Amino acid sequence: MSHIELPPPVAPDWHRWRSGLFGGWGNSLITLAALGAFAWLFHPLLRWAVIDAVWTGTAKDCAVDGAGACWAFIGAKLRFILFAFFPPDLQWRPALVVATVLALLVLSALPRFWSFRLVPLWIAALVLSWLLMAGTLTPPQVSTNNWGGLPITLVVSIAGLAFAFPIALLLALARQSNMGVVRTLAITFIETLRGVPMIAVLYVAMLIVPLALPSGAAIDKLLRAQIGVTLFFSAYLAEVIRAGLQVVPWGQREAALSLGLGYIQTIRLIVLPQALRAVIPAIVNLSIGIVLNTSLLAVIGIYDLLNAAKTSATDPTWLGFHTEAYVFAAAVYFVICFTGSRYSIWLEKRLNAATRH
Amino acid sequence: MQRNSIGSRFFTKAFAVTAALTAALIASSALAGETLDKIKARGLIKVGVGTTPGYFTPDSSGRWQGFFVDFGRALAVTVFNDAEKVEFTNSSPQQRLPALQSGEFDILLSGVTQTVTRAFKLGFHFGPVVFYDGQGLLVRKDLGVAKGEELDGATIGVQSGTTGELNIADFFRKTGKAFTPVTIEETGEFLKALDSGRVDALTQDATDLAAKRTQLSKPDDYVLLPERLSKEPLAPAIRAGDDQWLEIVNWTVYATIQAEEFGITQKNVDSFLTSEDPGIKRFLGVDPSLGEAIGLDPKFAYNIVKAVGNYGEIFDRNVGKGTPLNFDRGYNQPWTAGGLLYSPPFR
Repeated sequence: MSHIELPPPVAPDWHRWRSGLFGGWGNSLITLAALGAFAWLFHPLLRWAVIDAVWTGTAKDCAVDGAGACWAFIGAKLRFILFAFFPPDLQWRPALVVATVLALLVLSALPRFWSFRLVPLWIAALVLSWLLMAGTLTPPQVSTNNWGGLPITLVVSIAGLAFAFPIALLLALARQSNMGVVRTLAITFIETLRGVPMIAVLYVAMLIVPLALPSGAAIDKLLRAQIGVTLFFSAYLAEVIRAGLQVVPWGQREAALSLGLGYIQTIRLIVLPQALRAVIPAIVNLSIGIVLNTSLLAVIGIYDLLNAAKTSATDPTWLGFHTEAYVFAAAVYFVICFTGSRYSIWLEKRLNAATRH
Repeated sequence: MQRNSIGSRFFTKAFAVTAALTAALIASSALAGETLDKIKARGLIKVGVGTTPGYFTPDSSGRWQGFFVDFGRALAVTVFNDAEKVEFTNSSPQQRLPALQSGEFDILLSGVTQTVTRAFKLGFHFGPVVFYDGQGLLVRKDLGVAKGEELDGATIGVQSGTTGELNIADFFRKTGKAFTPVTIEETGEFLKALDSGRVDALTQDATDLAAKRTQLSKPDDYVLLPERLSKEPLAPAIRAGDDQWLEIVNWTVYATIQAEEFGITQKNVDSFLTSEDPGIKRFLGVDPSLGEAIGLDPKFAYNIVKAVGNYGEIFDRNVGKGTPLNFDRGYNQPWTAGGLLYSPPFR
């Protein structure tokens, strides 16, 4: 007798929800009690954020008794929070940069478009973004001192990841190398940068580097910060990539060599495609970390999204709406990071499915 | 062994390229000039500022506004006769002095207190004091005190880890009255303590207290007492060793003070051009001999008043009675009105 094993039937979602929440007297009671507790706990928050909130007007309208959140403040300060000191009539430039970068991100996120053609595309996009923001090709020029807000958060994160990647790749390979000097240098670099907090790296980039440079030579502050962020993450990324390299059995390299492939060919054609595929979810995770870490740029006086939000509450005409400013910034960060983490989960499932077949 | 020799050749090459690039970068550096030469070559003055409401804050369109910011614009008028040729950068108290030292800024207008240590040990030159600040007391009105000496048995909130704790203890030792200090971390808690009635008064630099007062739920129920428990003279700071730049800073500040003493304002400055007073003629550059002698635009004081206003106007516009900060001029008025502002003569 042979019989086919069928998977147990799966009830539709709403059906399972209903039976779970209101499946019996006990369940119904617990559900209602939980809902009640929820409403009781979050009612003040709801009142503050929605019911009593002030949506339009000036700081005076928000100062009345019993007023909740002052979203009018966000309305008035939205441009500053998003673009900081960028001249208002030129703010289409950072807006365009944000749009381009987001579009490219979506494109790069889809496995269908994965190819090495993305690399020159990204480099071109980042260089063009820089030229557009600075106004090198389309005057008037805008000093990097006046850049800020969301474009800084996005561009510093993405450029940090993009430029950290080749460095990290070399570091990871160097760490596996049999050449003692190269290996020691790579280990020293990685462990030093992983051993200090990012704030220390930023302070060095900001304060020590200009002193160390010969007088007269100067590197732009934002560029120095960008280099600091890039080096910092290259150390972490190198360790992620090294984990990937270890996934590929050593025998495959030897097989490649016996086929007459050189070192670079072996790495490029045999090792990396397998190694990187294995660590893509970890890289996405690290990228989320980069986005959140860019908020540390505030301590060296760069106006990233969080710093711009914080500063917007020091305007004497809109004094002290720190809570609203932080809530808004948190919402933007949440959208970015939540999207990233959902994407990571989706990608992991997809890649797992791909390897099983 | 084969794989290693190829790998090592690859890394050796990468190494050589990096070394060559580094050498090229260092060789391309130029020698530094005097501050003014650098400013003129750049076409821009770089100013480090802080973020305190009324003193330096960006407005909704991202333009810097404030008391110290206006002095930065005045400086740009002196050098370029253009109030816009100045770039403001925020700098935190921890990094502002090293940043000035490293040449990141030409001047700090970020409310640095002039002290002997900073002058001798840290190597900074200070321009004239532009704001006489000091530790103040913000008290509830219903306590019925007009002076700090009348406080007895009060509970006073002080910020932890500041010199404020010492100053307030010294003050009460002098007056011989009792008080209870409550040390609070500098966050929203500090303000809430006064709002909720946990403390009767707060003590901190008066400029900060003025900003905090506007954030209380009922600002009119509180008053900033007139006395100052400490001296915090806030002055522009520059790198030591550039006397020419220091003089430009000095006389830019003096010009705003002298203009107020003469009664010259942004509005009426043109009517003074026909004045017969030789002092005013020299000051406004109607008689160009002074400017020619000192190597500045003879009309630099006129230009400053025209573009930014006199000291009193700068004060009133940013922190004075008409603003949310509602700051009393206190020591910050001309010596002729009982304050500490005093400009050496323009002659």
